[in-house]
Amino acid sequence: MTFFKKLLIANRGEIACRVIRTAKALKIPTVAVFSDADRDAVHVKIADESEYIGGSPSAESYLSGARILDVAAKFGADAIHPGYGFLSENAAFANAAKAKGIAFIGPSSSAIEAMGDKIASKKIASKAGVSVVPGHLDVIPDAESAVEIARGIGFPVMIKASAGGGGKGMRIAWNDEEVREGYKASRNEAKNAFGDDRIFIEKFVTQPRHIEIQILGDQLGGMIYLGERECSIQRRNQKVIEEAPSPFLDGATRKKMGEQAVALGRAVGYQSAGTVEFIVDSARNFYFLEMNTRLQVEHPVTELITGLDLVEEMIRVAAGQPLRWTQEDIKLDGWAVEARVYAEDPYRNFLPSIGRITRYRPPAEVKANAVAVRNDSGVEEGSEISIYYDPMISKLCTWAPTRLAAIDAMSKALDDYEVEGIRNNLPFLSAICAQSRFRRGELTTNYIAEEFPEGFSGVRPTELQQRHLAAVAAHIDIRLRRRALSASGRLSDMPIVVDKSRVISFEETDVLLTAEQSGDSTIVWLPDGMSIAVQSDWVPGKSHAVFDLDGYRLGIKTDLIGTKVRLRVGGIDLTASVRSTRVAELARLMPRSSQSGSDKRLLSPMPGVLTLLSAVPGQKIEPGQAVATVEAMKMENVLRAEKGGTVKVVAVAVGANLSADQLILEFE
Amino acid sequence: MSNERFRDYQVAYLCRRAHRGYLHRSSGTKLFPAGGGSAPKRQHCRIYDVVHRLQGAFPPMRDILEQLEKRRAEARLGGGRQRIDGQHAKGKLTARERLDVLLDDGSFEEYDMYVTHRAVDFGMAESKIPGDGVVTGWGTINGRMVYVFSQDFTVHGGSLSETHAQKICKIMDLALRNGVPIIGLNDSGGARIQEGVASLAGYADVFRRNVEASGIIPQISVIMGPCAGGAVYSPAMTDFIFMVKNSSYMFVTGPDVVKTVTNEVVSAEELGGARTHTTKSSVADAAFDNDVEALEEVRRLFDFLPLNNREKLPHRQHFDEINRVIPQLDSLVPSSSTKPYDMKELILTVADEADFFEVQPTFARNMITGFVRINGYPTGVVANQPLVLAGCLDIDASRKAARFVRFCDAFSIPILTLVDVPGFLPGTAQEHGGVIKHGAKLLFAYSEATVPMVTVITRKAYGGAYDVMASKHIGADVNYAWPSAEIAVMGAKGAAEILYRGELTDKEAISRRTKEYETRFVNPFIAAERGFIDEVIMPHSTRKRVAKAFASLRSKSVPARWRKHDTIPL
Repeated sequence: MTFFKKLLIANRGEIACRVIRTAKALKIPTVAVFSDADRDAVHVKIADESEYIGGSPSAESYLSGARILDVAAKFGADAIHPGYGFLSENAAFANAAKAKGIAFIGPSSSAIEAMGDKIASKKIASKAGVSVVPGHLDVIPDAESAVEIARGIGFPVMIKASAGGGGKGMRIAWNDEEVREGYKASRNEAKNAFGDDRIFIEKFVTQPRHIEIQILGDQLGGMIYLGERECSIQRRNQKVIEEAPSPFLDGATRKKMGEQAVALGRAVGYQSAGTVEFIVDSARNFYFLEMNTRLQVEHPVTELITGLDLVEEMIRVAAGQPLRWTQEDIKLDGWAVEARVYAEDPYRNFLPSIGRITRYRPPAEVKANAVAVRNDSGVEEGSEISIYYDPMISKLCTWAPTRLAAIDAMSKALDDYEVEGIRNNLPFLSAICAQSRFRRGELTTNYIAEEFPEGFSGVRPTELQQRHLAAVAAHIDIRLRRRALSASGRLSDMPIVVDKSRVISFEETDVLLTAEQSGDSTIVWLPDGMSIAVQSDWVPGKSHAVFDLDGYRLGIKTDLIGTKVRLRVGGIDLTASVRSTRVAELARLMPRSSQSGSDKRLLSPMPGVLTLLSAVPGQKIEPGQAVATVEAMKMENVLRAEKGGTVKVVAVAVGANLSADQLILEFE
Repeated sequence: MSNERFRDYQVAYLCRRAHRGYLHRSSGTKLFPAGGGSAPKRQHCRIYDVVHRLQGAFPPMRDILEQLEKRRAEARLGGGRQRIDGQHAKGKLTARERLDVLLDDGSFEEYDMYVTHRAVDFGMAESKIPGDGVVTGWGTINGRMVYVFSQDFTVHGGSLSETHAQKICKIMDLALRNGVPIIGLNDSGGARIQEGVASLAGYADVFRRNVEASGIIPQISVIMGPCAGGAVYSPAMTDFIFMVKNSSYMFVTGPDVVKTVTNEVVSAEELGGARTHTTKSSVADAAFDNDVEALEEVRRLFDFLPLNNREKLPHRQHFDEINRVIPQLDSLVPSSSTKPYDMKELILTVADEADFFEVQPTFARNMITGFVRINGYPTGVVANQPLVLAGCLDIDASRKAARFVRFCDAFSIPILTLVDVPGFLPGTAQEHGGVIKHGAKLLFAYSEATVPMVTVITRKAYGGAYDVMASKHIGADVNYAWPSAEIAVMGAKGAAEILYRGELTDKEAISRRTKEYETRFVNPFIAAERGFIDEVIMPHSTRKRVAKAFASLRSKSVPARWRKHDTIPL
């Protein structure tokens, strides 16, 4: 049987593709909607039908409920899946759909309303017997009362936008000044992002872990929980890596949290997939944070350990079907990890990177007994990451029977994942997966701040890794040289000589070795007698290949840049010059190239709009002082003066559209 | 040959190898560079043991050989240890060290090592250093032959004397006679003032040979130190000039003279440094961070070039599918015709293994020129770059591309032209700067070219610029267009406003007329109907189509009418 005649997906990107995939499996025809920026998007291509709904800014398209409902009516769609974000937690939209006789695949508007307001939701949760964080649950009128309330609760406190989500409109404050600053910033962001500037404050739990319970309810009163997801690896409250189950919970805590989540669901008559977020402290005390009345970004990890298709279940219950499972049926099997691959530059403070994806080669999806790889994405080679939407490229998930095996599978999948044209966080994700603290499961939401206090600057290879990479560079070099020497036009009287001793120069170190090709493999000797046998299917032109180093497998991204070889693996990014001993000796005489003069200027790190500029010519600026705010990708990015000094020139005015590297200020 | 002579021959051979510093080890495959002060003494001993055994009862011969070795060692040291250290302190390599980087290990055959100048004035008679400030000879780059000269700044500041020039002329003559490219590494203070007009004559002798060799053998100059006054004109007449950042400069008159004559204060770097010549003047084709990187990149370029104008192109084995489909190209041209895109993505995806050597990457960036390989054969690429100035043609872009097209044509390198050109850049700066004559250079260059030419129009090809960018009419062999191509006299709006001048006040009518013009003309099919476009191709099949087109043109031959030479609008 089919549950609906036609399904409209009121979303874009990977989640639209994700929903369409399940709809296809259920044989429900699909309608995609798109904005100007998404004319050639993947979700439009894979849907059965599609319709243009407006300009690129989401307010003109994906947030335009009336327009979307018109499209649904025009195409005869009798159900709408809102995905996440956009209209997914918009009670008015859910109501309007219902009024038109279109099923909104999500909870009832009353449940959305009840949980959508963070303050109201807390009161309801408290009443339903869910443990909540101490805090002030009323709207705070101004910064000064915020300071007072914060003092009452005790520092640190969390300042939050009532309508917030996804890290927007959220600030942590450790003192009065930060409360004032955070209050203003949160309010500003909340106003811009949600059109609702109500702010509240609560106790900030230290050493916190973010653990959330997936619940699923039907229209007949059935309600189960599907275990938890731990999303503690966050950067500025944006989730980066999620996993299920949590390495921290025991069966008893899981049961307690699950039951409270279900109790809350029942209290609001919840009848779809939803998520109850908890903050868990080091003693496994858990406090209700908020409830997300939609499908979560990180839902695939739950699917991977439960075997359920959450989108399918949402469609079923929306069609009035009863749940197909009781709580006893739900068994958690194995371990799943999800890494969010973003178009952002980890080396430049994770600034969003926009542009065209010139190479997109995700790892192969696998479904096997020992390991599974799943990649939920909405892009393809040639897709554009625009300034208008979330710069997510894909959600890469791996599953394995144990946590460590799942993490290993993730490391491998990240090494096999090629994205070019835009900056991306693959090396950062690889770096986390390789960290022993992460592998031990010692997580808190401060993990990234603690492990990368100076930001991310790449992974330094160990000595063995460096030797391995040197051997790989030699393997590549010997093939390039042989090929070059075999070109036509050579002086045929002379024998072909392929010098075996080479020096592999990385930025700081030289590795001297001897390399000899034999068929597909290369034998490399190092001066201390160590030998490495490299075997690979690499040929010139290949941008990624698997290298076998004495049985040790490495998936390496290989680029030839001029005469140099760039190798990327596991967050390591090295560029090697491969030279004869003589040329290497001469290269050591060369001066190190120096970068000059850039610290006297403040450049826009990305394209965006200048929303705040707090400097005038002649003003003295302290090092680290915030001088400008650039809004891009719906995020405010505060730019600080690196060295400080006296402002000489202010090149642009507030409201200006900035391009990347455009001059904002110049110091004397 | 008598036994005695044979033995002498053997001795001489071994000594030659030893002195040159390259010895065969027992394996017979491994060559060791001698390299100045750190010469591998142990191996020398082994060879001399043999030499001495062979010599046996001929002590005088040993003395003669030792004398030769002494003279060579002396010559190799150039201006002496102190000056060599000085060169290193400046971040520069010596003349011989540079050849070690440029040429294949052990391939260098040096000539004229003992040449000294013959000047006597100003105390020059007492100041003679063997080699006279330039190292000459030949070697190989990836097994392919090349003549080289490398000026030695440690000897009289690398200044050019009569004999210094004669050394250069000798190998230029050899290069031209043997059809082998020549690479000059320039690091010279200028004319040898003590020699007066003899030095100037030396320059002129080199100039004339540069011109004689032009278009017959590739000539490459690398500026690795000062290059001022008359010295600039030899590189200026070669095919490529590369510079080293921060350590090289070129100008006709230096900062001091500039200040005296015009009162303008300018640094050598600003006046004629690598940045100036690669971004403003277009004198240089590329600049690199240091000596080693510059020379390694010259090796890379060399692999693309034929040895001479009659030699076949160097073909290299490749690992890239000729029929490789490139789905991402279907979305390269944005749906909005005012949005730019990066033409380099097309170049890199169409090329074998994404290998591209760009020529003049930082000058006139609205035009891209450089070398790729297609199916293993070197191919020149000329492409409009929509990212810069919308990819329009202007004075700089026309000059840059014209020069590149003529080089390719001279050396039978096929040309792939990728077109997205909205027209010529308007304005007084352009018109007063002579865009008519400069634009004509590109038109002329394409029109006279007889090499295989394939053109792909990706988007705009408007007005005269359509004709200029390797259109069918001026001699391209195969012309393709993507379905997104707009081939017309001008943009639809402008056209409608001229054609329907009477309706100008009626905005609606004009926009209707614009639409009409757009549907009728702004597509590739009008041109295709007339055969000006051979086929409208899918973007994703561009590599396949281009490769097949070039394959079909391998035996292209165009008979030339006799003429002394053409009169290109210089």
